[in-house]
Amino acid sequence: MAGPVRIGADVGGTFTDVVAELADGSFVSTKVLTTHQGPEQGILAGIEALAAEHTIAMADVEQIIHGTTLATNALIERRGAPTAFVTTKGFRDVIETRTEGRFEQYDLNIVLPTPLIERKDRFVIPERMNARGEVLIEFDQVAAHAVIESIAAGGYQAVAVGFLHSYRNASHERRFRELLLDTLPDVAVSMSAEVSPQMREFERFNTVCANAYVQPLMASYLKRLEAELQRRGATCPLYLIHSGGGLVSVDTAAAFPVRLVESGPAGGAIFAADLAARYGRDRVLSYDMGGTTAKIAIIEDHTPQTAKTFEVARTTRFKKGSGMPISIPVIEMIEIGAGGGSIASVDSLGQIRIGPHSAGSEPGPAAYDRGGSAPTVTDANVKLGRLHPDTFGATDISLSPELAADAIRAAIGQPLDMDDLTAAVGIAEVVDENMTNAARVHAVENGKNLSGFSMIAFGGGAPLHATRLMDKLGLEELLVPPLAGVGSAIGFLRAPFAYEAVRSLYTRIDDFDFDAVNTVLAELTNDAETFVRQGTDQDVVVEQHVSMRYKGQGWEIPVRLDGGRFDEFAAESLEGTFTKAYETFFGRAINDQPIEAVSWSVRVASVLAAPPRIEMASGQRTIKATSTREMYDPVAGRLVQAGVTTRNALNVGDIVAGPAIITEAQTTTVLGSHHVAVVQSDHALRISRSNQSNQDVTA
Amino acid sequence: MSQQEVHMQIMWNRLISIVEEQALTLVRTAFSTSVREAGDLSAGVFDRSGRMIAQAVTGTPGHVNTMAAAVGHFITDIGTERICPGDVYLTNDPWKGTGHLHDITVTTPVFVNEKLIGFFANTAHVVDVGGRGYGPDAREVYEEGLRIPIMKWIDRGELNHDLVNIIRNNVREDDQVVGDIHGLAASNETGRRRLLDMLNEFALDDLDNLARFIFDRTRTATMTALAAVAPGTYANTMAVDGYDETVELVVELSVTDGGIHADFTGTSPLSAFGINVPITYAQAYFTYAMLVALAPELPNNFASLEPFTVSAPSGVILNAQHPDPVSVRHVIGHFVTDLCLGAIAPALPDTIPAEGSGALWNFQASARAVTPSPDRPPVELLMFNSGGAGARPTLDGLTATAFPSGVMTMSAEATEQVGPIIIWRKEIRPASAGDGEFRGGLGQIIEIGATDGYHLEFSAMFDRVDNPARGRNGGGDGAPGKVYLDDGTPFPTKGKKTVPAERRLVLELPGGGGFGNPQNRDPLAHANDVAQGYLAQPHENPEATA
Repeated sequence: MAGPVRIGADVGGTFTDVVAELADGSFVSTKVLTTHQGPEQGILAGIEALAAEHTIAMADVEQIIHGTTLATNALIERRGAPTAFVTTKGFRDVIETRTEGRFEQYDLNIVLPTPLIERKDRFVIPERMNARGEVLIEFDQVAAHAVIESIAAGGYQAVAVGFLHSYRNASHERRFRELLLDTLPDVAVSMSAEVSPQMREFERFNTVCANAYVQPLMASYLKRLEAELQRRGATCPLYLIHSGGGLVSVDTAAAFPVRLVESGPAGGAIFAADLAARYGRDRVLSYDMGGTTAKIAIIEDHTPQTAKTFEVARTTRFKKGSGMPISIPVIEMIEIGAGGGSIASVDSLGQIRIGPHSAGSEPGPAAYDRGGSAPTVTDANVKLGRLHPDTFGATDISLSPELAADAIRAAIGQPLDMDDLTAAVGIAEVVDENMTNAARVHAVENGKNLSGFSMIAFGGGAPLHATRLMDKLGLEELLVPPLAGVGSAIGFLRAPFAYEAVRSLYTRIDDFDFDAVNTVLAELTNDAETFVRQGTDQDVVVEQHVSMRYKGQGWEIPVRLDGGRFDEFAAESLEGTFTKAYETFFGRAINDQPIEAVSWSVRVASVLAAPPRIEMASGQRTIKATSTREMYDPVAGRLVQAGVTTRNALNVGDIVAGPAIITEAQTTTVLGSHHVAVVQSDHALRISRSNQSNQDVTA
Repeated sequence: MSQQEVHMQIMWNRLISIVEEQALTLVRTAFSTSVREAGDLSAGVFDRSGRMIAQAVTGTPGHVNTMAAAVGHFITDIGTERICPGDVYLTNDPWKGTGHLHDITVTTPVFVNEKLIGFFANTAHVVDVGGRGYGPDAREVYEEGLRIPIMKWIDRGELNHDLVNIIRNNVREDDQVVGDIHGLAASNETGRRRLLDMLNEFALDDLDNLARFIFDRTRTATMTALAAVAPGTYANTMAVDGYDETVELVVELSVTDGGIHADFTGTSPLSAFGINVPITYAQAYFTYAMLVALAPELPNNFASLEPFTVSAPSGVILNAQHPDPVSVRHVIGHFVTDLCLGAIAPALPDTIPAEGSGALWNFQASARAVTPSPDRPPVELLMFNSGGAGARPTLDGLTATAFPSGVMTMSAEATEQVGPIIIWRKEIRPASAGDGEFRGGLGQIIEIGATDGYHLEFSAMFDRVDNPARGRNGGGDGAPGKVYLDDGTPFPTKGKKTVPAERRLVLELPGGGGFGNPQNRDPLAHANDVAQGYLAQPHENPEATA
């Protein structure tokens, strides 16, 4: 097909997904194995395969958007460059002593994550700012030269610089960078005041170290990829999706590669947010389940929730505190060890536990017959009749129900004296309960109540479990979009050019430093817009937020600003806005307690055309299933005869009544006895409980 | 086993999730630094007779069973016939709650169809309770602040305004304190509503069967875990600095088929200062020690806590009675864990670590203007800091990490935003770990001074200066702590003293004890310690080793 084409490429841990949006707005996609040695090879192979199959000329490609777990994996596997960290004298060990706490209170043999940069590679310089950014100790140039000599002698490829309070005054960090580059012009330098100018030294230092550590690797990878794409005839620019869900240029990505961490999941949240806009749903729970983990995000007003800090490379059961903090704007989500490959076991209380260990794709679930013997969530789904050899999407894998049952019996059924079916029910119920509880806790942590939310399910595993989650959470509506298996890559094509700049500036509302605030907001706006302008000339929208709290509290809530300049009166109205936001979060405000503002953020994003609104299709005709098979229904509490339908054969307005199984290449959607699906004009399945009317849910 | 049991398990998980939500809501809204940074809180759900069914993972060991026992006191003191729908109760009684007046425990009954089915309870450390303020200087609990007996905060939906008034008039920062009590009540209410949803979903009228299932399962697993220790008696003695004189802590553990009993006879007598420990709090840190050693994966509930009992003669520091002062009971209380781990070590030689720095080195100071002026109001500062933990039988000890406390430290940058102090140095203290096949965790060095025309009135409470953490199985002792001014002047480790405006206070936090013979240390591990500068002389400049 001729005409302009856009390509999205998502490099994940197991698969590289490539999608192309053709001139008529339709999508084609392919999945290839990720090539860990040279990740660009997988993308190039995927693009070539797609181009050949659909006769796409590379010259017609007008945009390639890329997201990758490469930076994340380099942090997890510690495959970065030899990196030195230079900091304020007296604070050499901040990234090693961490929070001084234990993330697991009851484990005597707890192992804390080792610092990204070892103590021998950390250097100190006498210098010091105070909290207002005033110099207490002058920068020691002689000491700096000595450190630079050590860096030269040590053969470091990258250097991270992080001084105390540099988010208020970066001059000493800049001085050091200049001196360093005078002597070592080829070394890659990252400055904490540029990478993450947020207060709290552990998080900021760790973020700048992570950036420096992956920078040489990411910069060379991005340049190779760009060159290879050009060699294949691409004339269009390459853009990267970042963790905050926007696009940035290759240059920006190469300078701030830590912003690429978690970019794949961000694509998934954008995918869901776009669908929420199309359906006019203001409150959505996005649920993405793959082979290893499930990710849940809250999307309100078609916008995913964001945070200013998150944790990567968790070492212990995805437990909070067991990873390394990264302070950059990020789409907020909760990730738990619940995927198709998650392994089930029995603990000392005789309870079934799921994960966090995953059989992954190698050796995979027992049913794959590739050497895996531990029962997984997928094996339970086979035993329960939800997955079947005849209709399993992946053509290169043949499912063995016998092996699935054997594994479940050996690890769960026999120790607990349960028959195979009950054991499989136990596995499925526990993993569903785990995901449900994670969603609830995530909502509580964000001050939300999930009642009235719609769920959007995507990723290979989610449609198998989504109706059960919907019931457990008491939600009324579930959407399973088409192409759910490559949702993240499609999300890339729905993202705006966007950049969020954040900086800490502490001020009290009753002693409001509006000059400093106005300056910071102007600088942040300028910074963010500069990055966005590297990608687009389109109109942009500017959003400003401030994080505020009552004095004495440690957790801030975001308050949206109206964008005007501050004066005394604006500070007063800010107090009112905060009080209202606090009431929304916690149900009541506190009287007479001083209010503080801690950090300021500005997001500049290109304005995208609003996606077309989808008219709700009402059910026209109930489809008769092509065949039936036995499937376990958790609400009925027994095996039932479920109709089996191929999703490709469904048309707009078709009604599929549960119990049913709807199969497609990349996933399977399960309906319980009391569920009903109506096929929408975009071929999404809209699922509700059959005791509700299908037409009564309005936007 | 049937699908019914699968349901039971699902509901058990759900209860744990519900109490976790209850706890997280508290962390988010609390004003108290120690709730937020240290998880100094606790939340749980109880059956109708006051037995704890589930407790949030978020929380501190100090509340392990103190809060669990509290609900029984609520039932007795309020009286079953006066427990009504819409009620909320509270207390901060150290002997009926969690050991000092700063912890407020709030309990909310749950009714289904007019029938009492259980309770939610939670505890949080509030910023102030009046009296002398937080510190060891009171001679009786009366001086430590307002003591609220078990009473109704909300009576059948009506807020007890008289009580609110009394609290407001007796504490500093009354908005924050009353705000935190409302927060405690609201978080119980969240739990109550979620529990009713769950009962509805699973078509249950009460918690009795579920509680029985949970207690049965837990009891069986706890007994299996206890079987790892041969019946008999195990004793230990450990000296710590105390406030004004050395405190000798003594325990004898009696292990029987049914449980483990700790008797603290022989322990030093009560102190004249508020470091005395109500026995319920000593029991918490004893129970915590036994659980980490024997059954770390078991959830806390009535059945997992029941086998662990304590006794002590009256008059010893671990059995304070009303009106003994108990404000900072954690200082001695935290050592109970290492004391009891040491006792059980011969029975579990591959499990029990060496001693660690144990008590926190909390930096607690009032910054006061050298020349008083309205522009320079006093500022209260609090920072949690930890020394090294003890080496484990197969692992080095944790450097600058709290144990048994669950505390985390605060950011230096954030602390400097709060008040007129500069933290000039906060880094690893080399050569402070006890040597061994596995070395102890390193301590840290902190240097701190006032700025902007202030000086620091410092309230010191630093232990393991005279009594370092002992090594185990041939491992060396950790380095003792040191406290001095930056010009070398020694500074007292206990009591109130002023750090002059032009001087800085230097704290060298103790290291953890080592485990096993140092000659057996892996040469590669030793070489790494040298390369990283972990063994450098304490006063060597860091850049010299870099």
